[in-house]
Amino acid sequence: MNRDGLLSFLSSVLVIIIGLLIGFIVLLATNAQQAWPAFQTILTFGMRSMRNIGDVLLHATPIILTGLSVAFAFKTGLFNIGASGQFMFGGFVAIVISIHGVSMPPAVRIPVAIIAAALAGALWAGLPGLLKAYRNVHEVISSIMTNYIAMFFIVYMIQSNESIFNRGLSTSAHLPESSNLPRLFFPDIFRDALGAGFVSSRVNIGIIIAIVVAVLVYIILEKTTFGYELKACGFNPDAAMYAGINQKRNIIFSMMISGSLAGIAGALNFMRGGGVGIGIIEVLPVEGFTGISVAFLGLNHPIGIIFSGIFISYMQLGGGRLSTYGFSSELVETVIAVIIYFCAFVFITKSLIGRFIKKKERGI
Amino acid sequence: MDMYMFYFILQRTMFFTIPLLIVALGGLFSEKSGIVNIALEGKMVLGAFTGVMFMRTIQGSENFLANNPTALLLVTLVVAAATGVGTSLLHAFASINLKANQIISGVAINMFAPAFAVFYSIYSTGNQNVFFFNQFMIDSVPGLGRIPFIGPILFQGAYITTYLGFVILVISVIVLYKTKFGLRLRACGEHPHAADSVGVSVIKMRYAGVLISGGLAGMGGLIWAIPSSLFAGAVNGYGFLALAVLIFGAWKPQRILIAALFFGFMQTIAATHTAINILPNAIPAQFYRMLPFIATLIILAFTSKNTMAPKALGQPYDKGGR
Repeated sequence: MNRDGLLSFLSSVLVIIIGLLIGFIVLLATNAQQAWPAFQTILTFGMRSMRNIGDVLLHATPIILTGLSVAFAFKTGLFNIGASGQFMFGGFVAIVISIHGVSMPPAVRIPVAIIAAALAGALWAGLPGLLKAYRNVHEVISSIMTNYIAMFFIVYMIQSNESIFNRGLSTSAHLPESSNLPRLFFPDIFRDALGAGFVSSRVNIGIIIAIVVAVLVYIILEKTTFGYELKACGFNPDAAMYAGINQKRNIIFSMMISGSLAGIAGALNFMRGGGVGIGIIEVLPVEGFTGISVAFLGLNHPIGIIFSGIFISYMQLGGGRLSTYGFSSELVETVIAVIIYFCAFVFITKSLIGRFIKKKERGI
Repeated sequence: MDMYMFYFILQRTMFFTIPLLIVALGGLFSEKSGIVNIALEGKMVLGAFTGVMFMRTIQGSENFLANNPTALLLVTLVVAAATGVGTSLLHAFASINLKANQIISGVAINMFAPAFAVFYSIYSTGNQNVFFFNQFMIDSVPGLGRIPFIGPILFQGAYITTYLGFVILVISVIVLYKTKFGLRLRACGEHPHAADSVGVSVIKMRYAGVLISGGLAGMGGLIWAIPSSLFAGAVNGYGFLALAVLIFGAWKPQRILIAALFFGFMQTIAATHTAINILPNAIPAQFYRMLPFIATLIILAFTSKNTMAPKALGQPYDKGGR
């Protein structure tokens, strides 16, 4: 690892430690006796069994992709805060195809659903892209608006179409079993003994798709002229324009690619089976915002994001067990929020660590 | 539609309009000083949360405040505002002193606030929904409530916070446009280097803008929660709606009032449209809920070429920069 990579890694670790410490202090302040076992649960639950490890990967899948979505936009000078809306649109389209496309064989239906979700996310993100390119509207502001428009629209669409609505649970309807993502050989690995049999994690091909997409994003950004042009627009718009790069086109492309990643996240999230669906509640899906923390914790590097996504999923899984100790799982969200807050000035942290190391080297 | 229904809708409209107005004015102070404030949502949540917690504690005890609803409401508003100011210190420190990305620290606050509120509510009351006793509604203001038309809308079935909202609007106009402080604050959002060159401390002004904004957002969060007698750790996107009000109002206090009235009216229609027999039932509630966001998007598309936004909005101030 080169020096800059090492510094980035160290600053991420430092930010995580600060976040966890603050979380621990909150636990201590609320109930000192249960604080330590609860904290241990957050730190270790994700690896206590093979099934838990599978679940960590399962829940990491959508947030790795929303993380990639945020990072892709950020690398090209855009802040895609609209990943939540694009995620919902992707998920919605995937659900509709999974339910109404049963005439297609699963081997066709599943890829079609994922690709359609990517397109839906791309189109929905293209709107803020267009507004930014041609009307100079800040993408954060327009994305906030498109998030809520998407949420109300999709909630309405589900509620008013019996075929995709589960009235009893107040969510979108369950997908047919054949539309769920293939689980490959995973159930035989990520399983725990239970009584006479086994109980397996629902981890599926989604995590492999997420990793492949991360590598693709890396290749596009770092190894292609197209990616270089996109980054140039973000790094120095004036220089990029001077060099003959079509800035307007690139802004729209960046947003659309970013949105397609969030759209795929939605598809993989809602096609995992086990009764997950879009809820009829007027709350934006948290995966879009978690994507921001995944992206920044992974220092906006596609490969770093695979690890930061797995890490955040790992903590969330442990956090889900906190009720055993009388705490609620929201603690982990506060820890993640603290981590994002410090990520806001991670570059300062980086330079501080850098200065510290230099001082050590000089023997001061 | 009878007159009773008509007045009922307009009274309801004020329940939505006033918090939107106050929070959007909060956003105005921050943005006029040059700091983007997408953390309004989180500050509303924390203001409402500490306010409601404080109110519950007082209402469950025997003291002067418990027997004087108006005094209790005013003190609670101060608690909510103080929480907003405290939260804003974090936002201000990151975006002014450390020149960090203003949007990331806003996102962090928005994520922290509901998570912490729910965590603490469950810990202290065992329930995410925290109930309190809403004893603050004024049936009819003596005298004023009997004025025809205006009386039923503004002075019957209202909260004291309605008048507070208008007072804050007037004060904001005066502070921003008639005082030295306001001029300096606006200068820091338009051209911080020019402000600095004549001896205005950009850092102090921006701190002032962000802290005032937090105080108003915290207060607005509590005002939003009061009519429902319970707080569930969220303000359901009203902070973002207030941001839309700010943009729709073109960063001008008077226009913000009009935007807040329009948005508040839409929220009321969404909540009550099934009871209003002149509106077609085929139009779903979600349509009215999303209309303000669509309208803001359209306004943005048509006005942003010559935007009313402060020129240095979102840019960290660097003395050495140009």
